[in-house]
Amino acid sequence: MRLQILDSGHSFGTKALFALIRTASRQPVLDVIKLVKYRSDFYGKPMSKVTQEAMRGPSSWSVGDRELMAAFVAKTNQCEFCIKAHSAVADLAYSGEKNVAELLCDPSIAGIGEPLRATLHMIGKLTREHAVDADDMRTVLAAGASIQQIEDALSICFSFNVIGRLADSFDFSVPSPDAFLAGAKYLLARGYR
Amino acid sequence: MSDIEQSRKALLRRVLDGDGRASSLERRSAFDNSGLVGPLCELVDKVASNARSVGEEDFRRARQSGLSEDQIFELVVCAAIGQATRQYDAARAALEAARRN
Repeated sequence: MRLQILDSGHSFGTKALFALIRTASRQPVLDVIKLVKYRSDFYGKPMSKVTQEAMRGPSSWSVGDRELMAAFVAKTNQCEFCIKAHSAVADLAYSGEKNVAELLCDPSIAGIGEPLRATLHMIGKLTREHAVDADDMRTVLAAGASIQQIEDALSICFSFNVIGRLADSFDFSVPSPDAFLAGAKYLLARGYR
Repeated sequence: MSDIEQSRKALLRRVLDGDGRASSLERRSAFDNSGLVGPLCELVDKVASNARSVGEEDFRRARQSGLSEDQIFELVVCAAIGQATRQYDAARAALEAARRN
């Protein structure tokens, strides 16, 4: 981490929590946890609320679909930490029914419905080019996505365009696959609270 | 307004108008990626436009300009949220235009 305060500037109680996490999971505390727990009233708590509602709140997108969107935004931003973190959650959520790694490389392949495919293309363009136009939205609507589904996808895109930027700016370390798996199990069971 | 829209607005109010170590004006400038000068301007612009290009040197120069780590933390957070907000607002406007026509 490029700021020492994010590595070791937490309160005594938060440091005790980190020790508990390390003992229970036998994994290092992920840098994203260190970020949201540092002066959490400023960023961590209000941002976690937004992300929890986008990723686990009411939506006709499945949890797996939403984690795939998060991973796809990360892939577009080339954020290694977020790609691995949310690919792991999507894999678990889909229970192996979809090949997440292949879908991230090419959402045009078989395995997902047209509304999700068109939505992935749209949020990819929005992330890459910082803008989309009405024609882009008409394409997603014509593919069968509802207005609400598009709004839900834009909320996911918002969250992971924030988190990915912070991961790269603060230089999150990329831990082992076992650490990501432990994190994925937690996110699937408990969400982003 | 949906719950998530309320939560998103609460996030923006907190980082821009709530208590902070950086001034409200600096946080707003980082959020807007506008009106900053020197090393902080470069750091904020990289966070907004291509966060992968941010390096140790950007943080070192921001510290050397007199900013504390807490101030840098807040301003980087505001820059990231600002860019994501501009993208979100542009997409919502495009969706509204598609819905009207």
